[in-house]
Amino acid sequence: MSAVPLTPGGAAAERRPTRSTLSLLGERVIEALIKLSGVSAVIFVVAIFFFIFREAAPVLWSKDFHILEFLFSTEWYPTSVSNVRYGTLALTVGTLSVTAVAIVLAVPFGLGAAIFVSEFCSPKLKETLKIVIELLAAIPSVVWGFVGLTVMSKIIVTLTGTAVGVNLLNGGVILALMSVPIIVSIGEDALRAVPDSYREAAVALGATRWQTVYRVLLPAAKNGLLAAVLLGVGRAVGETMAVLMATGHAVHIPDGLLNSVRTLTANVAAELGEAPAGSSHYRVLFLTGVLLFWITMVVNVAADLVVRGIRRK
Amino acid sequence: MGGSSRIVEVEGLRLAYGIKEVLHGISFAIDRNEIFAVIGPAQSGKTSLLRCLNRTTDFIPSATVSGSIRVDGDDIRRVKDVFGLRRRVGMVAPLPVGLPMSIYDNVAFAPRCSGMTAKRELDDIVERCLTQAALWDEVKDRLSSLGTALSGGQQQRLTIARALSHQPEILCLDEFSIAIDPVTTMRIEDVLKGLRREITIILVTNLVQQARRLADRTMFLWNGEIVELGPSEIVFSDHPADRRTYDYVNGIFG
Ligand SMILES: Nc1ncnc2c1ncn2[C@@H]1O[C@H](COP(=O)(O)OP(=O)(O)OP(=O)(O)O)[C@@H](O)[C@H]1O
Ligand SMILES: [Mg+2]
Repeated sequence: MSAVPLTPGGAAAERRPTRSTLSLLGERVIEALIKLSGVSAVIFVVAIFFFIFREAAPVLWSKDFHILEFLFSTEWYPTSVSNVRYGTLALTVGTLSVTAVAIVLAVPFGLGAAIFVSEFCSPKLKETLKIVIELLAAIPSVVWGFVGLTVMSKIIVTLTGTAVGVNLLNGGVILALMSVPIIVSIGEDALRAVPDSYREAAVALGATRWQTVYRVLLPAAKNGLLAAVLLGVGRAVGETMAVLMATGHAVHIPDGLLNSVRTLTANVAAELGEAPAGSSHYRVLFLTGVLLFWITMVVNVAADLVVRGIRRK
Repeated sequence: MGGSSRIVEVEGLRLAYGIKEVLHGISFAIDRNEIFAVIGPAQSGKTSLLRCLNRTTDFIPSATVSGSIRVDGDDIRRVKDVFGLRRRVGMVAPLPVGLPMSIYDNVAFAPRCSGMTAKRELDDIVERCLTQAALWDEVKDRLSSLGTALSGGQQQRLTIARALSHQPEILCLDEFSIAIDPVTTMRIEDVLKGLRREITIILVTNLVQQARRLADRTMFLWNGEIVELGPSEIVFSDHPADRRTYDYVNGIFG
């Protein structure tokens, strides 16, 4: 028989490190904190919705408000003495059209730039470009508004010969310029996350660089690229200051790129200060906020379904 | 076609990553339709040698190559169509890389890149290559499912099928069997023996037995230099030309 006892209290067991109760407790606490922060995100969203809705709700039962008029009328005369009308259709269309113009310009441009930065340019140029792009993303929106009001509007007037340079096109371009840096930097991250072994495999099979990009990298990075686009578009939908300054702020359903429009967000920003707290006008503006909330939610859910559909494919 | 019996001629090949030289001026030649094994301990530069052959060193910014490599008489430094060169030299990486697409698309990838679009031709290629890689029976009913969803060994055979899809003249296999079970390995070895009637095979392997079973000639690479190159019967015999070969093959070092 060996002399070493095999009982749990033996030398071997003493040497085995055991976790102290303190560290176990610490782990519990950290776990709880993480859970809490996860749950709090949901709580915040619900709370925001609740408070906005509470400010808006009383108007729903007031006699000069009709929900159908609110949603589907283009007549926005909130301060009229004889006949107040709160129709937001023109504003909704304004938001959607400015966003659409921005998407059409920003998505191809942003994804193209992301592909270039990640796959085609030299390491040195890449570093420079990334710094510039991050700088662009950090420009405050009011500065972009200035650019729209002065530089962009002049360019549009000279190029198209129209009388006023602040319009749908101007707002769309400014929003596109604001979302491109986001699309580029997140899209570049997504492409960089594709393992190098995919690139090597494709190249070893005789694929050219461009074939590697569109046959292998784009499919492999599609979820990340979609996220990039969504975040970029998200910025466009919610943007206020820049569109307020660049779109011309006329309540009117646009029938061309050179028409002035007003967006839901810009409308709230411009009028909330003048609407007496508690008045119908004030409450309708909050209701506009609720509407914006729903629009964003529908866009997000739709995008999520699209992403899932693509993922399943 | 040079018509010569040498399909690959390497002369004074040096490769450095930055200032670190990993191949110190090696020269050798590979005959048409032979199975040529490269053995050697880790870090000896085997994978790097293969990278030189299909010029994927171009993608490593720090890599500098000198010396000459001729494939079929053409100096690969000077070939105009490097993509065509890479199709002539098929490459199977040590860890399987199933591209994120269906099994069918994985195998049809290279033919499509070179411009083939006809469905019938692609179907034929896919079936032929999967059969050659001993994978057809296992996947023929689910060609449209994701290549990355296969088991490790199946993915490795998929990469072999993929490398065969562009009908290479030379097939390089870099430690292809590290993710495959012995039975499948033997099946693929049989496939390789059959293939050599049509193509030349360069087999990098850590399995000394595998080289002995398959290779006509074997090269022992050590620290970026050729220790010994000769017929497998001699390299793996009790009296190879160099003492170090005997030690390595018999597990005395490395
Ligand atoms: N991309 C690279 N950049 C810098 N150094 C590299 C690179 N690839 C390989 N090396 C170095 O070159 C040397 C040879 O590596 P290589 O991969 O060719 O060896 P190997 O013989 O294939 O080894 P193994 O049997 O482990 O696969 C190693 O020291 C490695 O660190
Ligand atoms: Mg290797």
